[in-house]
Amino acid sequence: MQIYLPIAEVSVNAFLLLGLGGIVGVLSGMFGVGGGFLMTPLLFFIGIPPAVAVATEANQIVASSFSGVLAHFKRKTVDLRMGTVLLVGGLVGAAVGVYIFNILKAQGQVDLLVKLCYVVFLGVIGGLMFFESLNAIRNVKKGKSPKRKKHNWIHGLPLKMRFRVSGLYISVIPPLIVGVAVGVLAAIMGVGGGFIMVPAMIYLLGMPTKVVVGTSLFQIIFVTAFTTMLHATTNFTVDIVLAVLLLVGGVIGAQIGTRIGVKMKAEQLRILLAIMVLAVCGKLALELLLQPAELYSIAAGGH
Amino acid sequence: MRQLLPALTLLLSLSLPALASEEVVLGLSSDTVSINTNFDGSEILIFGAVKRSAPIPDDPPLQVIVTVAGPSETKTVRRKEKRFGIWVNTDAVEIDSAPSFYAVSTSAPLGAALSETEDLRYRISIPRAIRSVDAPDTVANSETFTDALIRIKSSTEQYQLNEGTVSVDEQTLFRTAIALPAALTEGDYATRIFLTRGGAVVGQYETSIYVRKVGMERWLFVLSREQSFLYGLLSLTIAIAAGWGASAVFSLLRR
Repeated sequence: MQIYLPIAEVSVNAFLLLGLGGIVGVLSGMFGVGGGFLMTPLLFFIGIPPAVAVATEANQIVASSFSGVLAHFKRKTVDLRMGTVLLVGGLVGAAVGVYIFNILKAQGQVDLLVKLCYVVFLGVIGGLMFFESLNAIRNVKKGKSPKRKKHNWIHGLPLKMRFRVSGLYISVIPPLIVGVAVGVLAAIMGVGGGFIMVPAMIYLLGMPTKVVVGTSLFQIIFVTAFTTMLHATTNFTVDIVLAVLLLVGGVIGAQIGTRIGVKMKAEQLRILLAIMVLAVCGKLALELLLQPAELYSIAAGGH
Repeated sequence: MRQLLPALTLLLSLSLPALASEEVVLGLSSDTVSINTNFDGSEILIFGAVKRSAPIPDDPPLQVIVTVAGPSETKTVRRKEKRFGIWVNTDAVEIDSAPSFYAVSTSAPLGAALSETEDLRYRISIPRAIRSVDAPDTVANSETFTDALIRIKSSTEQYQLNEGTVSVDEQTLFRTAIALPAALTEGDYATRIFLTRGGAVVGQYETSIYVRKVGMERWLFVLSREQSFLYGLLSLTIAIAAGWGASAVFSLLRR
């Protein structure tokens, strides 16, 4: 069934979009990532204009994250206090990121920046996570207990706060910095930033994996809602029909994903996320390194 | 004055009859294309007759060219080059005005139906329909940018050259069908019909086809432009409601 999208001004297959939304929704619920880093390239591929894809994706992430976070609230796996601290940083970062995005857009280099950001961050994070979780799985098999709560320089910083749900007593400075950094990247890359946030929370802040997913989803809702409003009012690129098609699949998928995620071991969850991140990274790296089939590209407007 | 009058009458006799002797009477299957939710491309039928006061000239034969052009817009075409091992956008050329959609249908190969000078004058062929001021000196082979625009647009059926698709009967009746792709922008689509003999334009007719979003498509589009804040809030409300709804349904299912 073909549906014409009023803002994107293209006609697409409705079932294809429902299916894509569903698959990305499952991953979103399992890993606590918004799924934008997977969905946005997929939307480009089926012919949605990039500007519309990025803006609409932000709107869809709001829905799938909200659906996911409700499931996590029931299990009490959301650290609201940590989420709020991250969010404050995230909103500041998002505003800065949009500013940088607009400067580079005028110079025609935004595609390159977005892809480079993806390759670098996905590569580093995916690689680190992959090896760490591989070690964790080996240690479990050998019967060693995983050591958590290492003391490092992060615990020496001032402005300490107690995060009861996460079982942490640390300074608010690291979470704030993580929030800002993720916010900047999220705005530039057009994603919620969960795939950066989740590893940062696990490895930099030392939060337990089970709490990380819910908390990440919680802050993603607000960052992407902010981004959606920004795109809707300045670029007019949010396509509500496209968003509805994606989010119907997405919210259902997120519920299923959350239930799968609860049944899986933390190390398994992390290694799967790592493999997925590395796969997307590899695909984008190839695009930059291999000669594209079409060297020219068309952009609307003058320069 | 005495020398001028004969010159004028000569001019008139040369130009007027040539234009007036063969006129187009046009019919369209529909002069509006409505884009609704189910829109998946459309086909418009363009047909008509040639009205003339004099008998049909024998030679050369009548050819018909039909063009349909969507609203024009400014575009920037960028070229990638390998820098530091990766492919980066380097040179850019601004195309001042390129139609969002352009179709040329002819009754004979375009080169045979239209001379180069007439093409220049009426801007009929695809490269002529695109207007670009000279590229900056720093860019080499700037014409390849226009070629690239045409190539990319042609691959998505947004630019079409349909040679021999206009059928002409008895040098009087003509008809053709033009396929509009699903990715269509709103606006007035200028439709021109040219009658040519031996490559020269002998008759011309111009009309518009209105491409409009209707119903929900129209309402959402207008809302997103004129009440963008409300539109944004509406998008978010739907997202939150859907998220909550799915969660509620699933917790009911588990009970």
